[in-house]
Amino acid sequence: MILRNPFALAAAGLTAAFIVILSGVLAWVSADSRRPGRFDTAFSLVNDRGEPVDQSLFNGRPSLVYFGYTHCPEVCPTTLFEVAGYLKALGADGASLKTYFFTIDPERDTPEVMHGYVTAFTDRITGVTGNPEEMKKVIDGWMIHAAKLPSEDGDYHMSHTTSLLLVGADGRLKGLLPYGATQEEALEKIRSTLL
Amino acid sequence: MKHSLLKIALVLLSLILPNLAVAHEFKIGEIEIGHPYARAMLPGAKVGGGYLKLTNNGADDRLIGVTTDRAGTVQLHEMKMDGGIMVMRELKQGVDLPANTTVELKPGGFHLMFMNVSRPFKEGETIKATLTFEKAGSVDVELAVGPPAGAAATHTDHAQ
Repeated sequence: MILRNPFALAAAGLTAAFIVILSGVLAWVSADSRRPGRFDTAFSLVNDRGEPVDQSLFNGRPSLVYFGYTHCPEVCPTTLFEVAGYLKALGADGASLKTYFFTIDPERDTPEVMHGYVTAFTDRITGVTGNPEEMKKVIDGWMIHAAKLPSEDGDYHMSHTTSLLLVGADGRLKGLLPYGATQEEALEKIRSTLL
Repeated sequence: MKHSLLKIALVLLSLILPNLAVAHEFKIGEIEIGHPYARAMLPGAKVGGGYLKLTNNGADDRLIGVTTDRAGTVQLHEMKMDGGIMVMRELKQGVDLPANTTVELKPGGFHLMFMNVSRPFKEGETIKATLTFEKAGSVDVELAVGPPAGAAATHTDHAQ
């Protein structure tokens, strides 16, 4: 009855169209935005000893995961020094923890460069490098920001996310540790989320 | 008479001595360069950061360039944290030194970026460099190489 009213008909039509568009947008947005769930992107890279590694790195044991590069003057070495400090402070409690330093600059950070670099901090950090396209899968999979800033002489620097990722044994992100966190904050967060 | 001469000599000496004691200061014109230092570099690292304090007691000036034979190039950089992301910016125009101000190049902010370093800086050594200011001109300085980034902070933690 009501539908015979041309205005009501138009309104119903508009509403239907609106609902269709809205659900389309919702579906598109949810498909597009990754949630920090389980890391499930397959990748093929190498560690700092040149051995192949893949997504199984994030399974079985909890890990501290950091993305940086060796041409980084301040933030990366500071973070890795701090990570070495956490591992030392945790002692046996943290024996199950794995630590990964993924380079966002795989072109320059060869396994040899990575090996010399990570072992300067502790023998517990595994450097990961390899094919830039494969590395991008990991960077994108963890929603890390990494961008090259070219300079005039053909050289470049990188802007990047500085948080340390706390990844559970199930491959899910359990928390983030911001740059500059105190050791107490860090240890408490690592203990409560990973151990 | 001899005594007063001695006194004058002592006074003069005492005026000079503090400057000798604080050997780690350099000056050009009205610009003082305080405690220039660099971080020891880690194995595999090709770049190093340098820091210093610039006190400009004169008119507006600008630090426009740095050279050293220990690095291919030296750039002036600004590091900023932007919501968990570190953003590095090259200061192509140099570092502004407005009249009568102190500008500190320190970790987490402005810094010298030594690029293409073939012999990594080692803790304890000194790096000779030349700073060039737009108006004041050039001055040779020596950067003391301290511990690598992070190591100093860890040290402080121990002390607490």
